[in-house]
Amino acid sequence: MNQLLAALFWGVLQRLRRATLWLLRIDPDELREDLREAPGDGLADQTDPQMRNWRRLPSDQEAELVLAALLVAAGLFAVVFILLYAFDDNNQLLGLSLGLALACAAAGLILAGKRITPQEQLVEERPELVHERDARESEELLRAGGEGISRRKLITGAAAVTGLGLGGALLVPLASAGPNVGETIEHTPWHRGRRVVDVNGNPIRAADVVEKSFLTGFPQDADPHLLGSPIVIVRVPLEQLHLPEHRPAAEWAPEGIVAYSKICTHAGCAIALYRNPLFAPHEPRPALVCPCHYSTFDPARGAAVIFGPAGRALPQLPLAIDPVTGQLLANGGFSGSVGPAWFDVNRGSA
Amino acid sequence: MIGWLIRWTDERLGSSPLLKKSLRYVFPDHWSFLLGEIALYSFIVLVVTGTYLALFFNPSSAESVYHGPYPLLQGVPVSAAFQSTMNISFQVPAGLLIRQTHHWAALLFVAAIVGHLMRIFFTGAFRKPRDLNYFIGLTLLTLAILEGFMGYSLPGDLLSGMGLAIAYGVTLSIPILGASLAFLLWGGEFPGSSTFEPRLFFLHVFVLPAVIATLIGLHLAIIMRQKHSQFGGRGHRERNVIGTPLWPAYALRATGLMVAVAAVLVLLGGLIQINPIWQYGPYEPWLGTNGAQPDWYLGWLIGALRLMPGFDIHFLNHTWVPNPFWGGVLFPGVVFTTLYAWPWAERKIAGDRRRHDLLDRPRDKPWRTALGAAFFSWVFIIFVAGAADRILVSVGFGYEGQVWFFRLAAFVVPFIVFLLTRRVCEELQVTETHPLRSFAGSAVRRSEAGGFEEIMPIEPGDEHWSGARSDQAVSD
Repeated sequence: MNQLLAALFWGVLQRLRRATLWLLRIDPDELREDLREAPGDGLADQTDPQMRNWRRLPSDQEAELVLAALLVAAGLFAVVFILLYAFDDNNQLLGLSLGLALACAAAGLILAGKRITPQEQLVEERPELVHERDARESEELLRAGGEGISRRKLITGAAAVTGLGLGGALLVPLASAGPNVGETIEHTPWHRGRRVVDVNGNPIRAADVVEKSFLTGFPQDADPHLLGSPIVIVRVPLEQLHLPEHRPAAEWAPEGIVAYSKICTHAGCAIALYRNPLFAPHEPRPALVCPCHYSTFDPARGAAVIFGPAGRALPQLPLAIDPVTGQLLANGGFSGSVGPAWFDVNRGSA
Repeated sequence: MIGWLIRWTDERLGSSPLLKKSLRYVFPDHWSFLLGEIALYSFIVLVVTGTYLALFFNPSSAESVYHGPYPLLQGVPVSAAFQSTMNISFQVPAGLLIRQTHHWAALLFVAAIVGHLMRIFFTGAFRKPRDLNYFIGLTLLTLAILEGFMGYSLPGDLLSGMGLAIAYGVTLSIPILGASLAFLLWGGEFPGSSTFEPRLFFLHVFVLPAVIATLIGLHLAIIMRQKHSQFGGRGHRERNVIGTPLWPAYALRATGLMVAVAAVLVLLGGLIQINPIWQYGPYEPWLGTNGAQPDWYLGWLIGALRLMPGFDIHFLNHTWVPNPFWGGVLFPGVVFTTLYAWPWAERKIAGDRRRHDLLDRPRDKPWRTALGAAFFSWVFIIFVAGAADRILVSVGFGYEGQVWFFRLAAFVVPFIVFLLTRRVCEELQVTETHPLRSFAGSAVRRSEAGGFEEIMPIEPGDEHWSGARSDQAVSD
């Protein structure tokens, strides 16, 4: 059975090879001949067919028949495409029919170019690019245009003023393309007392935040699409929590619940992965990971960078728990600027 | 009819001499000369399919709720751009075919340019007088990458949004001016600026295609003026060019190649799914997925952003160099500066100011070939690092180990490639074999005593050559 398959496979392969060679008019002997060509700058020899003009008429009636068949097939496939378009809008069949129409047309054109039209070789001399005299005369003509001017320096200086002034004037309106950088980039909707809600607008309670899982929160009644809006919320066991000195857990992380901006400080992707394996030997501690470039942050230590390209920690949002409802509230603004860094970025204190 | 048309134009434009010259324009035969043609034909497919798509696309980030035939996104808030791309894919007859063909064509366009660039580099076709055209070609490559990036950023799906977020972060990272520049380009913050989507669309469908088309025209006009370069061989000299004239054989073959490129792209567009935005969903700043990959020609930038260790340069209360600058600006800057500077550098080092119309075989310039291979392998390693997430998702190698591996490989691999390539070049020079298709070896005779003796080493051009095949024994 295997042998039969192998024989079949080889048979098909041989046939394909022969068909390709025939179609492309490659003669295996010629291919070998090709290798004999000595490299380098040979001398012209007018008797050698490699070096002179020649023209051959193929007069290949078999090829002409095949060409006609290919052209008709191309037209028929194209008609199939039109019919499919009209009656059955199936993407695969549309692509297949149009693709085959084009493929037949392409095969026909290449066949015509290789086996039906006159085959020619042309030896041509290259144009000389350097025109010494014309170059010199042009230079003189250009220089002659400035003859008889006495205050050359003054005029050059004045022209420079025009150039700089006009150039500036034409460029300045481009500044309208963007607003001034300043408060806009720093502004986030978070402030003390703002409730944390989920993507559907429902408040998130402290009890919803469980270890080994993370939640995405948004400011209530604010645009969730702003970079400053989304936060990731995780619960860290209090004994493992080591926030920077001036961030007491009571004011920043009640019950060990911490919140950080969900936008990576490296290039602005979402911190969409929470690496928290359920078995010991793999990764030593939980980490927030950005899937774009693998910046990895330690949620227990103020989201300090522990791996990857980010240059600074994720900004932390201080949290509080509403004593009545148990819902999460912001206890202030972020500890630093949200998102990728720029010249005036507020790096936060971590 | 033809005669009438020629005379009609000639009487008005005096065009006959140019026409006659063009019909006799000589194309030397070598497969590697077709890479640039493939890029050109991909561009034509891009313009045709892109024009069609623009009839249906709505470049607006205004939010609306999706209602359409795709069930899984029913009722999800999406942008108008996303909505119209969904309509093109599910409701416009043949819309998906054209959209996927457009995307495949973009991938092939950049791939063919990169292949063409390597051909030019390794055969020394960038030397005078072709250095000028080499610079235009490099500019076309940068524009093609930018144009492709803008194109796949348009639909407003999760993948395009993540790409734009990174581009915004990289722009912010430009020292001192980054934030102003980003605000200028985006018309405000990303996301949030409503002017950005129409800007992106206008640049993608008008400004960049116009510049690219103009430069392609210039590129071809310069080739016509200088005539094609050619490989050495019998009769091939610096001062002549030997090959097939444009009319009729070459014109038919070239048109055939164009239609073949279109055929492959349409077949891909019909049969192989690409950029299924309905699976990604609309972009929201708080969403991201592991294993998301951009179009291939951005992989090297992703890789560079990923491999850079995490630090910003900050002092005096300012962040002078934020981290994405290294991988997102400096790295491509170094790569393209090296490529732009290479013809000049080689001229300086070799002290060669002559005009060159004969191409080098890569083996004949072992130093250039080895340096080039090392350079491209360096970029390639960083490109592979851009696929680390696919390796993590599909094979399960942890990303930290991968990043360390690629950081090391980016330094080590180019050296190995350099030494190996130079050795191979020298070997090929000595044996004069074709690296892919010829047999190198010697014919042996078995003596009566049972030993073997070498009759002669076989080289191409030897009269024994055509008879001696690797699968045939030479016997008495």
